[in-house]
Amino acid sequence: MSIFINKDSRVIYQGFTGQHSTFHAEEAIKTGTNIVGGVTPGKGGSKHLDRPVFDTVADAVEATGANVSGVFVPPQFSADAILEAIEAGIKTIVVIADGIPVQDMVRVKRYLIGHDAMIFGPNTAGVITPGECKVGIMPANIYAPGRVGVVSRSGTLNYEAVAQMTALGHGQSTSVGIGGDPINGANFVDVLQASNEDPDTDAVVLIGEIGGQQEVEAAEWAQENMDKPVIGFIAGVSAPPGRRMGHAGAIISGKADTAVAKMEAMEAVGVHVVRNPADIGTTVDQALKG
Amino acid sequence: MNIHEYQTKELLRSYDIPVPEGRMADTDAAAGMIAEEIGGERWVVKAQIHAGGRGKGGGVQLADSVDDVKHHADKLIGTNLITPQTGPEGRHVQRVLVEAAQDIKKEFYLGLIIDRSKQRITIIASESGGMDIEEVAANYPHKVIREAVDPAIGLPAFQCRKIASRIGLTGPLMSQAVKLMQRLYRCFRDKKALMAEINPLAIVGADKLLAVDAKMSFDGNAVHQYPDITAYRDFDEEDPKEVEASGHGLNYIALDGSVGCIVNGAGLAMATMDAITYHKGRPANFLDVGGGASPEKIANAFRIVLKDPNVKVILLNIFAGINRCDWVATGVVQAMQDQHIEEPVVVRLSGTNYEEGQKILKDSGLPFITANDLDDAARKAVEALA
Repeated sequence: MSIFINKDSRVIYQGFTGQHSTFHAEEAIKTGTNIVGGVTPGKGGSKHLDRPVFDTVADAVEATGANVSGVFVPPQFSADAILEAIEAGIKTIVVIADGIPVQDMVRVKRYLIGHDAMIFGPNTAGVITPGECKVGIMPANIYAPGRVGVVSRSGTLNYEAVAQMTALGHGQSTSVGIGGDPINGANFVDVLQASNEDPDTDAVVLIGEIGGQQEVEAAEWAQENMDKPVIGFIAGVSAPPGRRMGHAGAIISGKADTAVAKMEAMEAVGVHVVRNPADIGTTVDQALKG
Repeated sequence: MNIHEYQTKELLRSYDIPVPEGRMADTDAAAGMIAEEIGGERWVVKAQIHAGGRGKGGGVQLADSVDDVKHHADKLIGTNLITPQTGPEGRHVQRVLVEAAQDIKKEFYLGLIIDRSKQRITIIASESGGMDIEEVAANYPHKVIREAVDPAIGLPAFQCRKIASRIGLTGPLMSQAVKLMQRLYRCFRDKKALMAEINPLAIVGADKLLAVDAKMSFDGNAVHQYPDITAYRDFDEEDPKEVEASGHGLNYIALDGSVGCIVNGAGLAMATMDAITYHKGRPANFLDVGGGASPEKIANAFRIVLKDPNVKVILLNIFAGINRCDWVATGVVQAMQDQHIEEPVVVRLSGTNYEEGQKILKDSGLPFITANDLDDAARKAVEALA
């Protein structure tokens, strides 16, 4: 079992015929992902990677029954592509682009109200259920099928955590990137909730960073609603206030959103907080044994 | 991207938002001419830097004569202005804004931000203007009004009236306040801004609302769509190393420690800094080389990090997904050879093409300190400082 995507997911890529999209679609196909086609406006009717190309997401959904989309279009066109996917009835939308204007996402989130879709990202490495389905840019070989869920903002820090876990024999049920932007789709609570309901997830690793309060809200939710252990890390203990640390969302704007304040708040509600990012794997190990 | 007060006011004026009469000057002579053009008997001369707290730092001066205007402009232009927000090194003043002084009856606060938790553009207003809004919010939370705007509807007049009435802008001021808020919202939305602040928004003379001070900041991911806003960028207000780094596709932020960091991905870059801190070292910088790091990009990263004289050791931490360890290793070897680097270099490579990368490092015969994992890398970097 898994959350959000699995071997039965019917995946399309938007911006399918682009260079990056092609590379990552090939990688996903190699790991067993069921990519049923893709969308590139103007190239409808052609074939790419032995799969049909459509002009619109609506056409792709009608012809293939697609229910998952990887949005691989450039940031200035991403919001439009997400709206198109929502309108066409896609349920799981993974948005890779880094650099979507914040106000574009405000509009997207407004449109999402009343639609039954979940967005992962923007600025995410994607979502992977190891051995079944991968929608994103992560290197599949560091993941292993298993029973620990992972949810993170950062891509490479997700790789770091997963590599530590896999080396100690803890594979992943599903690893989810919610992205590094200030306004994103699914939040930590959405992922914890799904992980809690998944009978094949035993624990969840939550990797956040400075800025905002989503991680703390998620930890509070977990204390109320979860009986599975949550292992948490917040990147940015050494980040100065007022400076944007790479991700648009990673900026300390008040006392409550520093890494230390967030880790203390999470610890207070029962999260296994990791202080040294090199100890994520061993903390998972202890939490599962404890 | 931040812009200056005089630029913000230019933009607001183009949206018919009332601002004081005035213009920017970069010499004392020009400042005097502007004062004469404006006329009147009192003027204000305001240093233009991208930092607040100018009044406290002596960056806002009242003048009673044109000579006085010139005198203040002469004193401000070319100085390093230190305010509570600039840090001890201050900011170099290159321009001043000369405006007609105002007869202020009462001050309010009006701002627009994007509220992360509500995921909406949100208006913040207060009857306590002229002060830092975060202080007001901390000490008198009931004096800060927040209203989220539905992007599908925009900002309707009733919502503006609600805000105006709560901060006491009633009577003939209410309709002025409604127009002003709607125009500010339109400007904010049209230019995809991240922050707009009118502080103070003041009642001047007989019942006239005026944006006496204003600042805006814009979304770096959207400004390229608006050439008028892009033209406002002031490179002198930015760290030259950061500007150079962004020209090479690198995201660099200078800090004050001694361990230079070169990492891929913002999250891993922060975590690497944290691991160094955990082992009692201090990072000299944040540097994210991003995806698709070519050997040249890695070599440029070394060059930029080593411009900081405090750097005593370099830690390179790459977890390659889209990146390739062999390219990274090639870049490291090139940098070591071409730049005659004498500082110890700790290298941790993981992920795509890891074996090829290790081989390139080994075959070079250069004295790298190789690390197996993040913890090992951070520890070795801190040890190398001793």
